[in-house]
Amino acid sequence: MNLTILKLVAGRIVSGLASLLAVSVVVFAITAVLPGDAAEEKLGQDATPEAVAALRKEMGLDRSAVLRYFDWLGGMARGDAGKSVVTGMPVGDAVASRLPASLLLAAVTTAFSVPLALGLGILCALRRGSAFDRFTSMATVAVVSVPEFLVATLAVLVFAVQLKWLPALSYDVNISSPGEMLRSFALPVLSLGSVIVAQMLRMTRAAVIDQLAAAYIEMVRLKGASAARTVLFHALPNAIGPIANAVALSLSYLLGGVIIIEVIFNYPGIAKLMVDAVSQRDMPLVQACAMIFCAAYLILVMLADVCGIVANPRLRHQ
Amino acid sequence: MADKKQLDGLIGPEESTRILGALQRGANRRDVLAMLAAGGMQATLAGGIAGIASSAQAQTPTPRKGGRIKVAGAVSSVSDTLDPAKQANQADYARGFTFYNGLTWLDSSLAPQPSLAEEFTTKDAKTWVFKLRKGVTFHDGKPLAPADVVFSLMRHKNPATGSKAKVLADQIEDVAATGPNEVTVRLVAPNADLPAILATYHFHIVKDGTTDFNAGIGTGPYKVKEFKPGVRSIGVRNENYWKPGRPYLDEIEYVGIADESARVNALLAGELDLIGTVNPRSIDRINGSGKAAIFETKGVSYTDLIMRRDSGPGANPDFVMAMKLLFNREQMLKSIQLGRGVVANDQPIAPGNRFFAKGLPQRPYDPEKAKWHLKKANLGSAAIPMVASPAATSSVEMALVLQHAARGAGLNLDVRNMPADGFWSQHWMKHPVGFGNVNTRPTADLALTLFFKSDAPWNEAGWKSEKFDQLLVGARAETDTAKRAQMYADMQTLVNQDGGIGIPMFLSSLDGHNKKLKGLQTNPLGGMMGYGFAEHVWLEA
Repeated sequence: MNLTILKLVAGRIVSGLASLLAVSVVVFAITAVLPGDAAEEKLGQDATPEAVAALRKEMGLDRSAVLRYFDWLGGMARGDAGKSVVTGMPVGDAVASRLPASLLLAAVTTAFSVPLALGLGILCALRRGSAFDRFTSMATVAVVSVPEFLVATLAVLVFAVQLKWLPALSYDVNISSPGEMLRSFALPVLSLGSVIVAQMLRMTRAAVIDQLAAAYIEMVRLKGASAARTVLFHALPNAIGPIANAVALSLSYLLGGVIIIEVIFNYPGIAKLMVDAVSQRDMPLVQACAMIFCAAYLILVMLADVCGIVANPRLRHQ
Repeated sequence: MADKKQLDGLIGPEESTRILGALQRGANRRDVLAMLAAGGMQATLAGGIAGIASSAQAQTPTPRKGGRIKVAGAVSSVSDTLDPAKQANQADYARGFTFYNGLTWLDSSLAPQPSLAEEFTTKDAKTWVFKLRKGVTFHDGKPLAPADVVFSLMRHKNPATGSKAKVLADQIEDVAATGPNEVTVRLVAPNADLPAILATYHFHIVKDGTTDFNAGIGTGPYKVKEFKPGVRSIGVRNENYWKPGRPYLDEIEYVGIADESARVNALLAGELDLIGTVNPRSIDRINGSGKAAIFETKGVSYTDLIMRRDSGPGANPDFVMAMKLLFNREQMLKSIQLGRGVVANDQPIAPGNRFFAKGLPQRPYDPEKAKWHLKKANLGSAAIPMVASPAATSSVEMALVLQHAARGAGLNLDVRNMPADGFWSQHWMKHPVGFGNVNTRPTADLALTLFFKSDAPWNEAGWKSEKFDQLLVGARAETDTAKRAQMYADMQTLVNQDGGIGIPMFLSSLDGHNKKLKGLQTNPLGGMMGYGFAEHVWLEA
């Protein structure tokens, strides 16, 4: 079993590095063809040819794009993400100031939405066709088809502006007091949760139903196992592969895809950092963020596969 | 209030607001007399007005000390800085006025007033003597000395500083300490506007030798308690501030929130007390809440139609005149800005400015006359491309209204809407006909020099006029305000008649504020009192 997993992990790391390299080339190329460079964006209306030329020199943009790319790559190989061309601050510092906040929001959202999605998904599978199942399915389809900015804006209007129960902004999170922290996280987590819970729930329901129809489950039932035992110990281990993948996809979204939530609640996360970096054409910072999102995605998918293998005896012994 | 009306009747609403504003800022009866006398008013009449003004002032409630407020502007990013030389956006400017002072400051008519300099004098507009106020200390306790001023001004000239105001500072020959409390600035060429230029945020006074500006050590009304670029700043009251009784608040927190509806929601939820850059479409929501109100600052910027005079259809003066006549200014103001703004007259000086040319007749909307000019211009029937973008505020809407009016006059305009991203570097001034947007500059000289002088890099329309250039340089050396005003009026007339710029209206900046927040006054340099609200506002109990 260890060998299978080790092989998988080793293979994934190699292909992952290749993916990161490919992504870095693509991101670099796309950022390079955007109109204007960091110097022009920074000067904005003040961009006289002399000022742009001077600033380009200061930012090191007077060298060719290919050269700059290989400089950056060489730096990365040494573990140095370079300096932001706009602020001159090390990229590592800029990322370090935002990444923990993003991880915290993702962790809190995960802690609430994953158990909820799995629990509801299994219940729906068990009571397939019941009023509860149909209501939940309908509700999830409804929620998943409403864009999250609408959910977030409506939630702010109701809970913050009208009822004044919860804060409308979440930039100032007090981690030392759990109660306060939950209050400031309530609305962002609600908005993010409503999107990812629906996806995970539907995937769980489908995977479990699929397993419940299998012949071995009939055998388990014939042995006289309780419904809970049937699902938790027999059907679920076989369904974990697809479920874990659905969860991984949803969670990778929580890191880089939450820009709208960060904007609406003014949350100082890493997605906003990347959007700022793109609009300022701050190449090293854009690259660093893209690498983080890409790596997080690859790691989550790999973990999901490992989970699937560990949970499923048949895959384990292949 | 009755006194305010009486005052309006005597000297006009603008002047009375200015005088009441001065009183609120701590001017006394004698200062008001001096202000009126400076305007050429007879002593007896001035005395009466000063009396009324003082009693009007007495009715306004006295500011209360204490309380904390949260303020949100539209912009903030990791490049936020407390280095006055590098400040580049609203968040930086607001923080500048919170933590620092300049030698001077600009009042609501953009006239320079003493601040850290108690007095400024010149004979020839070339050599300026600034007498520093005594007893002013920096936040770390160090007393303000001439060396600090020399350092703060001269660092802009050093290219390594990366100062945003280098072009302005290059006119300074040198700055020297000429006494224990005196600094002398020598200019390369005369400029009567020096005190106004030194009132701008880039020229705030820092401590001699400062290299790390994150601590924000200035002489300003608040001290830095926390500063996280792109997240927030917190200022706490400077107990040793040199203005007696100021500041009023205990604490000011400033954040940047890019999303307008998020700002408005947070204001209505009571989490913010002052927000900048409100969309005119949110006015009803804010006013309807009962707890918050709108604060309008007129004339903070203009969006202009640029017709290059050196190429394309704009090379023909009849085309330019026709386009200027096709602006239905009232309608644009009403439908695009929902009435928040002032009709403009194809020249860049707004009515609130002390050098605004009152005598210049307003150009009307006249499609018939435009038709006549177009016929004379004889440009053929091909569509003329006109570039607009969301980057130049409201230009897309203005382009559409103009296109409609032009069609009526037999001119086919093809509106090309460019994305905001990259607009200034890729499109602004690069098309024969297109739009731009210009913020109000602290002096009439800057507004005209930067955008209309024949050799200016941002001479948007590529307009060349020798007469204009001569007047511009002449006005800088003129120390007699009345004579200067006449020269500026002549320049405004030239731009209005012959320039390649059409300016249909001056735009307003809208702020939203908690009704308990008092003390806001307008300043045409921008919303939030030209970003200088910090030491003026107070919270009602």
